Amino acid sequence: MIVFPGSNCDRDMAEAIRLVSGAEPAMVWHRESALPDRFDLIAVPGGFSYGDYLRSGAMAAQSPVMRAVKEAADRGVAVLGVCNGFQVLAEARLLPGALMRNAGIRFVCRDVALTVENSQSAFTARYQAGEEIVIPVAHHDGNYQADPETLDRLEGEGRVAFRYRADVNGSARGIAGILNEAGNVLGMMPHPERMVEAAHGGQDGRRLFEGLLETVG
Amino acid sequence: MKIRIYVTLKNGVLDPQGKAIHHALEGLGFEGVKGVRAGKLIELEVDDSTGDDALDEMCRKLLANTVIENYRIERGEKAA
Repeated sequence: MIVFPGSNCDRDMAEAIRLVSGAEPAMVWHRESALPDRFDLIAVPGGFSYGDYLRSGAMAAQSPVMRAVKEAADRGVAVLGVCNGFQVLAEARLLPGALMRNAGIRFVCRDVALTVENSQSAFTARYQAGEEIVIPVAHHDGNYQADPETLDRLEGEGRVAFRYRADVNGSARGIAGILNEAGNVLGMMPHPERMVEAAHGGQDGRRLFEGLLETVG
Repeated sequence: MKIRIYVTLKNGVLDPQGKAIHHALEGLGFEGVKGVRAGKLIELEVDDSTGDDALDEMCRKLLANTVIENYRIERGEKAA
């Protein structure tokens, strides 16, 4: 678990991973230049790293630990970025496109319905393609934008993992989550870690972690 | 030496903040505003020896997100 100053979903995400895998995630501070010796998953949590200064995720993307994250991603290690984590991965160019201010200006914080577009990835193996799931969002800058060629490529290569069923933030083509070319990096604005036990009001996020446990754990 | 870096959204990129400012201006009764685009001005104080390449790299690596933004570098007066 990568932790930046201003991360605030790191403990929720760690709890979800603990709950599903029984393993204790290592919390890695942004100033570290090396990651632990053995790990199967890197999680980049939500929050407001560096106070969203300059652009959401822009400062965090330049932090020392991100060089190690990039190297691990290049080796094929699974990397999950949620919300601010997605913004960080986009700013670090591990994923294409950018997350802009929500089209409606407002911070959006509510449960949203998603369509699982791709059930072939390590992250989505426990879902059915076309399935509707409900997962909460909480963001100000979730408006995914990329040039039309990039969007076409994402669609054509099955790299749109999740799509909003109704407009939430103005995202191009309703994109809520995307995969990198190799399929080992997922960035998504909705928070699967907030839907992992019955008390959360649903468990649709839990299968993302269960799928990961099966495929990479 | 003072450097001014103007970061603006690329043409065609929707600017929700500009739109909100536009609505607010209309709400204040200002007429004839056809559009508003909001950007950023970043001022740097750098060594006089700082080259164009270095400034360009600063913009590309951090100051602007070239997926959605353009940047323009303006060199100011050299330090006295």
